[in-house]
Amino acid sequence: MPAGGTRLGALRSFMLKEVRHLLRDRQTLLILLLLPLAQVIVFGFAMRTDINDVRIAFVDPVPDALTLALRGRFAGSGQFTEVAVLPGTRELEDVFRRGDADAALIFEPGFADRIGRHESGKLMLVTDASDPNTASRIQAYASAVVTAYGASLGSSSLGSSALVPPVEVRGRMRYNPTLESVNLFVPGLIALVLTLVSALMSAISLSREKERGTLEVLLVSPIRPWQIILGKVLPYLVLALANVGTALLAARVVFGVPMRGSLALLLGASLVYSLVGLALGVLIAARTSSQRAAMLGAMVGTMMPSTLLSGMVFPIASLPGWLQLVTVVIPARWFIVIVRGIMLRGVGLTELWMEMTVLAVMLAVLLAAAIRSFSARLGNQ
Amino acid sequence: MTLAVEVRQLTRRFGRFTAVEAISFDVSAGEVFGFLGANGAGKTTAIRMLTGLLAPTSGSARVAGFDVLTQTADVRRHIGYMSQRFSLYDDLTVWENSRLYGGVYGLSDRMIEERGQAMLDTLDLAHAAHSLVGRLPLGWKQKLAFSVALLHEPAVVFLDEPSGGVDPVTRRQLWEMIYAAATRGTTIFVTTHYMDEAEYCDRVCMMVDGRIAAMGTPSELKREHGVASLDELFVRVARATAAEGG
Repeated sequence: MPAGGTRLGALRSFMLKEVRHLLRDRQTLLILLLLPLAQVIVFGFAMRTDINDVRIAFVDPVPDALTLALRGRFAGSGQFTEVAVLPGTRELEDVFRRGDADAALIFEPGFADRIGRHESGKLMLVTDASDPNTASRIQAYASAVVTAYGASLGSSSLGSSALVPPVEVRGRMRYNPTLESVNLFVPGLIALVLTLVSALMSAISLSREKERGTLEVLLVSPIRPWQIILGKVLPYLVLALANVGTALLAARVVFGVPMRGSLALLLGASLVYSLVGLALGVLIAARTSSQRAAMLGAMVGTMMPSTLLSGMVFPIASLPGWLQLVTVVIPARWFIVIVRGIMLRGVGLTELWMEMTVLAVMLAVLLAAAIRSFSARLGNQ
Repeated sequence: MTLAVEVRQLTRRFGRFTAVEAISFDVSAGEVFGFLGANGAGKTTAIRMLTGLLAPTSGSARVAGFDVLTQTADVRRHIGYMSQRFSLYDDLTVWENSRLYGGVYGLSDRMIEERGQAMLDTLDLAHAAHSLVGRLPLGWKQKLAFSVALLHEPAVVFLDEPSGGVDPVTRRQLWEMIYAAATRGTTIFVTTHYMDEAEYCDRVCMMVDGRIAAMGTPSELKREHGVASLDELFVRVARATAAEGG
């Protein structure tokens, strides 16, 4: 006869087993532990909207003092590297086609003479716009260099208006794109890592038991479905919180991202958000019949919306109206607002109660649905 | 003699398909009861109802003295189950697997320690206590899975095709273990489609298309139907039912 007090014993044994699974699969564990670090660093550097080392070609048919001086300015700016000086525009075509240059500045012949005669010196800036974002930023940088040069000539015999290039300059250089973008990204990355660890991992681990047939054995045993779910969820929850710590630390040390609000509140919000993800993972595992399907389901159902529709990459305000409505049901959208609020603006629960409530309601609904679908699917079909 | 399993008019329908149709039978304590049938005959559905995984559409069943529908928790505490698929975790050691299932069935740490040790000694697996189950040969795995299913000393143990894919020697050893457990008073409810295995059972029940086509001790059945083996009988009843149905 089995002894009494089986409840805690069953849960404890099950959780112990989950921890063992987790610790034994060294590769996965290592990936999960290093993931936040790698993501913050890679995303942080890759997403910086700053551009260095623009390869620029000059078309300077008749070099003179002024064209040489301007070229020197580009070289000295630190952002441009001169890759070619060409006699005419015909050669330029080849340079672009080979991908040797990102931008080209074309001088007309007699540039210095024209300026000497108080006429406007004509310049044309050509950029490789196959990557439009980069191209427009290069335009902005180049314009800034030219404008600065024009201004330096302005006090002498030349009118500064003479060198105004055919591109927009204003505003672009004023804010520091690097810092801002990293600050905005880190909260999104925390959401992404948590989604990955909680939703994806729990979906995979539960569907593996389903596929292997071990779940059936557990369901015949006295352990209850909620104990199975809790036992699966808790170890991943610890991992998820460790990940938040790593991500915050990396953001702080590498990019100097501030942490202006309460760390405890941030961890609390992360806990709720992870539980939402875990419940989603369980729900996905219950609804799918194979590990592969569960993994795909978790990717499409959680990772994609968390990246694309959460405001992490694309501002929600820039989405079409109907898509903005869709974002309302995406947990990451609310979580990111919370994290940004705490980290960047230093606000607390007073300001974030609505987002927290939304997450809490989502959690209650999903958890109920997960336990229900889990028992229904395996118990009565 | 007490009854380990009592089944009365147990029925399960899936939509318009009837997987198990009004089956009734009893299994006495300590009996080795063979539940036979072709794939799709309703064996697995019946087992799922008896283990509380599936609610019956109608009829009732008691296992170890508890009603499967209303006292599911009690039923679960008193049964063991070895599924068709391998039920241990490959990435856990022999000892860790025993710990897990002992714990899930509410055994105390000391009981797990004692019974686990005794189990390993009986299996002659003490040297492999800390190897991963995934590294064991299949035959050992099956014997281990069976022993783990008995760790909490259940009144009734359900074995769903326990000898699938194992070699003849292991099959024989597995059946010796099954007999040993029955001798200690455990009721064995075993499904199989190997008719030679069915001959080892105290009593068998043949399922065809969700209904009981024949039931009795192997020798009784062979005498009644004038056949030399259960294999022959099985083919005969399956054919008769098919002719009747068609």
